[in-house]
Amino acid sequence: MKGIRRRYLALEIDAEEMFDSKEFMDAVWSAVSKLYGEYGASRAGLALIDYDMEKRFAVIRTTHTTLEMVRTALASITKIGNKPAAIHILTVSGTIKALYKKIKQ
Amino acid sequence: MKRIYADLHLCANLKDSERVSRIISKASRLGYRLIAITFPSNSTEEEIQKLRSICKEANIDLASRVDLKPKTPKELIYNLRKLRRRFEIIAVMCESKNVARQAAKDRRVDLLNFPSLDFRRRFFDLAEAELASNSLASLEINMKLLLTLEGPARIRLLSSLRRETAIAQEFHVPIVISSGVSDELLLRKPRELAALAFLFDLDETCAVEAVSKNPVAIVKRNREKLSPRFVAPGMRIIRRGKDY
Repeated sequence: MKGIRRRYLALEIDAEEMFDSKEFMDAVWSAVSKLYGEYGASRAGLALIDYDMEKRFAVIRTTHTTLEMVRTALASITKIGNKPAAIHILTVSGTIKALYKKIKQ
Repeated sequence: MKRIYADLHLCANLKDSERVSRIISKASRLGYRLIAITFPSNSTEEEIQKLRSICKEANIDLASRVDLKPKTPKELIYNLRKLRRRFEIIAVMCESKNVARQAAKDRRVDLLNFPSLDFRRRFFDLAEAELASNSLASLEINMKLLLTLEGPARIRLLSSLRRETAIAQEFHVPIVISSGVSDELLLRKPRELAALAFLFDLDETCAVEAVSKNPVAIVKRNREKLSPRFVAPGMRIIRRGKDY
């Protein structure tokens, strides 16, 4: 069986207020399941890798086949935990190492 | 050559200059190099120039835009005659079928916008697309509604947009994706707007062109026409001098 190809997304959280990682991931899951349903969300294989609210920065993981789906869902987020917010993708990479390297550049 | 991204529909309250500056700098930070802000039809040249200088500081180009909401085709023609030489972009909010048809066939109209959520009041059908393909009008899609609506209303909107974009592509009517927002938190990066277009089955190339090539072409064409050197399409004054 072929291994799952993963994609790591570095995200910038644009919001005035603070929220914890659970609220953040709830917002991501909710956006994906609203647009693509529970079946689509189950295919996305979403996982939170890194979260730093002070720096307004997060890293999430998804599968390469659902990358566009996750991009769309992230763009559709307007609230996190009922507080106005937006999420912007900084960069996408196939490995965590390359992702951090890209961000540093 | 590096792609230029444009958002041709930013709705800012021009009286609140601090907020306008914030929106402009945010747009610049998100990667836009050309924006259009909607001005009231009675705006003076000084007001436009003032905003242009703010944009210049933020390293972004500003195009002046006016939104027309005529009730009759006659009113549309009157407004076009009055405003075409004053603004770089003219968008028509098509709220009736007669107005939509007149706007689609008039070469002075740049953008056709269908603001209604009711699919019976969205008039971008085959006839409208055929008229638009023979003139210079593009179909404008505002992403604000996709971000703010939820549930059945968003589902119905996506269904309408899917039908309209398929018709536009069939008749080679350019599609322009704009944000249409007045709140900076609803601003999205150009690639994110293109990603949202996947929801109504616009492929990646078309979606990226709808936030870059198509809007930039409209502004470029109109600036050329509004230039004092312009004579006719393909003809412009190179140098003034005596006859020999």
